[in-house]
Amino acid sequence: MDSVRSDHHPRPDGAVSHPVSPNDPRWRGGPAVAVKILVAGGFGAGKTTLVGSVSEIRPLRTEEELSELGRPVDDTSGVEAKSTTTVAMDFGRIDLRPGLALYLFGTPGQDRFWFVWDELARGALGAVVIADTRRLADCFPSVDFFEQRGIPFVVAVNCFDGTDRFAPDEVRDALDLDPDIPVVLCDARLREDGKELLVALVEHAAARRRHAPARV
Amino acid sequence: MSGPMADPKADVPDGPDVPVGADGPSGADASPGAEASPGADASSGTDAPADVEQVDPDGPDVDLFRPRTPVDDRWFDDEAGPVVRLYSMTRGRTRPVEEGLFDLISLITAAEPGPDAGAVPAHVLDPEHQTLLALCRNEPLSVAELGSFTDLPVSVVRVLLGDLYDADLISVTRPVPLAELPDERLLRDVINGLRAL
Repeated sequence: MDSVRSDHHPRPDGAVSHPVSPNDPRWRGGPAVAVKILVAGGFGAGKTTLVGSVSEIRPLRTEEELSELGRPVDDTSGVEAKSTTTVAMDFGRIDLRPGLALYLFGTPGQDRFWFVWDELARGALGAVVIADTRRLADCFPSVDFFEQRGIPFVVAVNCFDGTDRFAPDEVRDALDLDPDIPVVLCDARLREDGKELLVALVEHAAARRRHAPARV
Repeated sequence: MSGPMADPKADVPDGPDVPVGADGPSGADASPGAEASPGADASSGTDAPADVEQVDPDGPDVDLFRPRTPVDDRWFDDEAGPVVRLYSMTRGRTRPVEEGLFDLISLITAAEPGPDAGAVPAHVLDPEHQTLLALCRNEPLSVAELGSFTDLPVSVVRVLLGDLYDADLISVTRPVPLAELPDERLLRDVINGLRAL
């Protein structure tokens, strides 16, 4: 993959380590290229369920400083105090083909963890926003976030048992979405639905790149 | 059993930081000395070798090396709570060497041991460093996976990976900069891969 930026390391034998292609004998079986998709949505909308239905889900945590803004970079004096918080999220890996892995990240649901989103979203291929029609407003912040940053996203309407079914266009209207943004009905528990959802997202991302290559 | 030790979990934030990494040689050094003075239970804590960290001078005067009796409450492994605080693992550092180098999906591979192997003696590395190296020796792993497998916060893993990077012990493949370089073929590969699942 010539588009991969890599940090070159002089090897002991003098050779330079380039991004390893799967055809390279040095390639050792893991991914050589990784892409990521975010799974967002309100609390209880089914983020973890979706990640778990298409991949082997793993927990992940990080300790982040609460006040990132205005803090000098090397200031560690606040570390002893409770200026950091533990942010937990889910992630899963899907091996798409030898050398290409897709990582899914369930975004932390609480609003106070917005600062983690920026890092998660950097370089993301796109995002799935899961909407629960019983609490549609819960996914407004996610929609806003990805719209503002120009990150391609699809809205997945998680069809919970016993809830009223809505047509995708009703959800689109309620969320005031652009007409090109796919709205997909799904059952986050079903692997096939999860796959369809991800395919819809990547196709949407590809179409957007074709039609608006200048838009970053 | 002294009172302040009765609830070690509640005590963890201020409890003594026992260097887990030093459980090899220094642990072996420490225990014979403590066992040699079994009668001096109450005060022998102060006799601990200098290389054992006693970070909590105001804490309870507890002999960490006194053999525990069966009637003592015991906590093993995770039950005892974290014995090393995260910032001691990173020696106070909260940031890796280079911002942005260790994205959650940056792929880390242990460098091939070559003729120069041994330039960084193994004992210089902390056990956490060794664990990270061992994990990405056979196949590249993302920073997220390394964090999950080691059960360490990603922020800590990043600092430790920075050490390994500085020592030329790992290579890092950053993620494709999708926002900058639309790569139709890559997207096509992702779609085909998903369909084939």
